[in-house]
Formats: sequence, C-alpha cells, structure tokens
Amino acid sequence: MFNSNQLGKSDQTGFDYEIRDNILLLHKSLTLPHVNSFVKQILKKFQKDHGTTVILDLNGLESIDSAGVTSFYYLEEKLSEFNVQLTFRGGSDSIRKKMEIFKLEKSTHEKKSDKPPFLARIGEDVHFFFFEYVMAFVILAANVTYWSITDIFISKTHRKGEFYNQAVLIGVNAVYIVGILSFIIGLVLALQSAAQLRNFGANIFIVDLTVIAMMREMGPLITAILVAGRSGSSIAAEIATMKVTSELDALKTMAMNPIRFVVVPKMHASIVTFPFLTIVADVMGILGGMLIANFYLDISPMVFINRMGESLYNRDILIGILKSFIFAGLIVLTGSFFGLRVTEGAEGVGKVTTLAVVVAISLVIIADSILGLLFYR
Amino acid sequence: MEKNPCIIEVNDLSATFEERQILHKVAFRAFEQEITVILGASGSGKTTVLKHILGLYNIQEGYISILGKNLSMITESEQKKLYKAIGVFYQNGGLLNSLTIGENLGLPLEQHTDLDDEMIRSIVMLKLNLVNLVNVYDHYPSQLSGGMLKRAALARAMIMDPPLLFCDEPGAGLDPVSLASLDSLLVNLKLQLGISMVIITHQVSSILRIADRIVFLEEGRVIFYGTLSEALDSGDPDVRDFFNKGMRGYDSSKNS
Ligand SMILES: Nc1ncnc2c1ncn2[C@@H]1O[C@H](COP(=O)(O)OP(=O)(O)OP(=O)(O)O)[C@@H](O)[C@H]1O
Ligand SMILES: [Mg+2]
Repeated sequence: MFNSNQLGKSDQTGFDYEIRDNILLLHKSLTLPHVNSFVKQILKKFQKDHGTTVILDLNGLESIDSAGVTSFYYLEEKLSEFNVQLTFRGGSDSIRKKMEIFKLEKSTHEKKSDKPPFLARIGEDVHFFFFEYVMAFVILAANVTYWSITDIFISKTHRKGEFYNQAVLIGVNAVYIVGILSFIIGLVLALQSAAQLRNFGANIFIVDLTVIAMMREMGPLITAILVAGRSGSSIAAEIATMKVTSELDALKTMAMNPIRFVVVPKMHASIVTFPFLTIVADVMGILGGMLIANFYLDISPMVFINRMGESLYNRDILIGILKSFIFAGLIVLTGSFFGLRVTEGAEGVGKVTTLAVVVAISLVIIADSILGLLFYR
Repeated sequence: MEKNPCIIEVNDLSATFEERQILHKVAFRAFEQEITVILGASGSGKTTVLKHILGLYNIQEGYISILGKNLSMITESEQKKLYKAIGVFYQNGGLLNSLTIGENLGLPLEQHTDLDDEMIRSIVMLKLNLVNLVNVYDHYPSQLSGGMLKRAALARAMIMDPPLLFCDEPGAGLDPVSLASLDSLLVNLKLQLGISMVIITHQVSSILRIADRIVFLEEGRVIFYGTLSEALDSGDPDVRDFFNKGMRGYDSSKNS
C-alpha cells in the first residue's frame, strides 16, 4: 500500500505525508493551513483498523507549529476511541521540544458527562427557567414595590435631584418621539378605516373608532413600546455597567441599598411621567384621526369633538391610565432585572440590554392583552 | 510581637461557582492594628475571599466572623452597622461614574450623617488632600487618570474614618514612586490612626514595606499563613521562589 498526498500546494513550505502499511511518514512542515485536512484524512484512513498500532514517523518533518502539535494529540485521543494506538517515532530535537511545550494538560481536556435523556433535559430546563427567571423576577418585583412605596416619604436613601433627573430622562425627553409617532399612527389608523366606513355610509363612526382605539389601546401601547426601547435599554445598560465595575458592591458595602439608590428613583420617575406621556400619545393620535376625518370624510373638527364627547366614557380614559402605570412598572422592572443579572464582562452588558428590550416589549404586549380581556366590555 | 485581638476569622471557607471549586478550605485570621496581606497569582481566588468577607457572596461552606459577628447568622441591621465600620477599595475602583469625585466621596457622609453640605465638603477636601489629589472635586471619574482614580477610591474608602480597611490591589498599575508613597500612607494610617487593614497585592516591594501578616493563596488554597518574617524564612519552595524572584525585581513589570 502506497500513496502520497500533496496538501496546500500554493504554500511555500508544503506539507506531505506517505502511508506505508501502518507507518505514517510526515514530510516538510506541518502548520495550521494543513492541519484540518491532515487530521480528517488520517482519521478516515485508520478508524476502521481496530486493535492496530499506527506509528507516526517524524523523521522527515522539518518544522511544526502549535496547531500541528495539537493535531497529533487530537489524533492520538480520537484514534484511541476506535481502539487504534498512535505512537511517535524519531523527530528532530526541535520538533520534540515543541511537542513538549504545546502538550495539553490532561485535566483541561476532560470530557463533559453524557447528556441526560431528552425529556429529563426539558424538565431541567423548565425547572431552571422557573427558578432562575420567574421566581427571581417576582422577588425583585416585590422588593422594588416595597421600597418604592416606603421611599415615597423618605428621600435620604437616594441622591437629591435624582427623581428630577430620571423624570427628564425617561419622560420629558420622550415627549417628541411619542407625540410624532402617535400622530402618524392615528393618521394611518383613521385612513385605513375611512375607506371602509364610507362604503357603509357610517362616516361619523370614525370618531368612535379612533378615539376609543387611541385611548384604550394604542396610546398606552405606543408609549410603552417606545419607552421600553429608549429607557428599558438604558436602565439595563446603566445597572449592568454599575454591576460590572463594582459600583453596586461599593454601594452595598457603604451600607446603602442598591435597589433603593438606583432602581427606586427610576420607578418613581417613570410612574409619574408615564400617564402624561400616554396622554400626549392619545391627544396626538386623535389629532391625526381628526385630520383624516376632516379631509376624507368631511367631518369638521367641531363635529368630531362633539361626537367624541358622546362616545368617550371616563372608563376608557381610566383604563388607558391604569395600563400606563402597569407598563411603566414593567419596563423599569425588566430593565433592572436584566441589568442586575449581568455576568462579569463588558460583553455581558450588551447582551442583557438586548434581552431587556425584547422581554420588556413582550411583557407589555402580554399585559396589554390580559388587561384587554379583563376590561372587555 | 504580642498579639492584638482578632478581628477577622476565616475558617474552612470553600466556594464553588458554576461547578468549579474556586476556594478550598481557606483559613486565616487578621488582627487589630495590623496589615494582613493576601497574595497569590492572578486567578488564585484573592478577590473571591475578600468578597466573602464583605458579605457580597453567600457562604456555601465554612465560617467567617468579622468584628465578632458571624457572617452566616448576621441580621440585616447588624450587617448595615458593620458596613459603616469598614471602608473598601475595589479592584476596579468602584466609584460611581454618574457622580463627580466630590459627590462620590460625600455620598456616605450625606447618607449616614446629619452633617450639613458645607461640613461634608470640607471633610471631602481633607480626605482628597490626604491622598494628594487637588482640583478634582468637580471632575467625573472618567476624567481622571488611572492612578488618580485609585487615590480617589482610596480616599472614599477612608471617608468615614473606618477602623477596618479593605483594599483590593491598591497599587496595581502605579509607578514605583507613587507606589512607595501609597505604601507609606497605608503604614501611617495604621500607626497613627490604629486602622487595621486587609490588603490584596502581589507586588513584593509593597509587601516588604507594609505587611505584618501574610496569607499566600494558590489555586484557592492557603499554602502559607504567618508573619512577614516567618514568610521570609519559610522553607516552602513556592513562598521562597515568590520572594526571591520578586526581590530581583521581576515583579515590577507585573501590574494586574
Ligand atoms: N462569580 C463568579 N462566577 C464564576 N467564577 C468566578 C466568579 N468569581 C470568580 N470566579 C473565578 O474564580 C477564580 C478566582 O477569581 P478571583 O477574582 O478571586 O482571582 P484573583 O486572585 O482576585 O485574581 P486577580 O489577581 O487577577 O484579581 C477565577 O478563576 C475566576 O474565574
Ligand atoms: Mg482580584
């Protein structure tokens, strides 16, 4: 049996091997570009020869790098799984020395134990998810709620002016974007319905439709989704960074409670500003609807407002406000939750930030549908 | 040297994170008005031991008492009282990035005392002077150099005049002159104010200047525990090696 292989021909320092029975002769230089195909070919060749010994002859080898050495030890281990033994023969001093230097410690190589069966794994995952996430979230929520209520009257646990800062960051700075987008959505909503309503000659119901949809659903939801994107992410990033740089530990060992110091002011600020943001969204959305009603359906603003007074009930307004409180709480909680869960390292901060936004928006939508069912008329 | 009262006792402390055992039955004691140095290679578990002592990790196995309080059975209010009696210098600073240096240092005073702003400001100034920092009161931490940050963090650790001070690698990354002055500051604090300290460092020059007692960690195990002079006479090859290499100046290039 004789065959010869030329690998990586374009390479100046080519690599080459021959197989004579169970002796494997290596030539020239075994380096990173050649390792992959070398290992694959050898494994394929010998893995069926159970019980044999393969001799790896290094005499023809001129040089080798760490990848080459690793491939030897990798082959040795893999082949032994097929009951094929690999032994080394010859080799210059420099080759032998490199093999010594790059030798893997056996302990770092140990195998992970076999995976448990499929159903058991699912069980474990569910258990893990429940205790790692759901329970932890509930505990954090309880903590934050407790401190948010007690700290309404105690201002010493956080910095002076922190509430104001956060209110500006979370609420005031979001007014423009919330206003503009709500206006556009109100416009589109009315436009889509206008064509249908005109077919039925039910023009005036455009008012009921936009007003109730904006007040009960779209206003709170648009606000929550936008704020989750803006502030949910920044809350998560801020808290995660504080954790990674030991700021939270430092607060703790200075006898301060990080939740009261960091999370509570954000909670207060968002609970207070959220209803106002929602009202901005409602008003702007309705204005959008009014515009369409005026130009497409010939309903003047005066008529629109009169009809609005008839079709809108206090209940709708209250439901919208109630939703906005709940969304505000959810967003701050989710941001804080993921911020606090960061594992060391700057790359972890990016990860939890993304997660926080995705989960916050999902929770908002889920909560919205639950509330929608509860208050269905 | 007659023995001062024991203020920290760590006994058979073991810890496992993510199925990897990080600490193996760590045991040592620290005494009042002494500087206890914890040393060991990077990744040997020094910071982990410190965080256990500070109550930032739950104790999985073993026993820690600090200032006479058993950490496993401590109540929340006792823990708070304890925190007011210690100062901590964190390995990566731990200053709040959203506050200026002045606000950072003033924060514990603002929270735990009834002092008025004027008074707080002068105490902060005094502490900044102590570490040779001037004109940084209104700077944010991100505007300071690495060495200045370290000194600011040290000033904050001492802001409440705690009787017990913990420092995680205060000298890392400092030039030899700054390092020497930091060391003499620490020694003076001990001698003049009677502050006890637990300091993590692996700079041999520092250890020789400041250490009273040494805890040598290797892969989560204490391989030597004793006074500085005992360490210098130790027959343990690893300990001898560490001091010999360090004294030949190899460690000055090491800075993390
Ligand atoms: N929260 C954690 N989760 C998992 N592993 C951890 C955790 N904290 C520390 N470790 C591991 O524990 C070991 C010791 O870490 P530690 O930070 O105590 O080292 P150190 O002695 O302070 O090192 P350095 O001198 O580099 O600061 C490291 O291998 C680290 O990966
Ligand atoms: Mg450390």
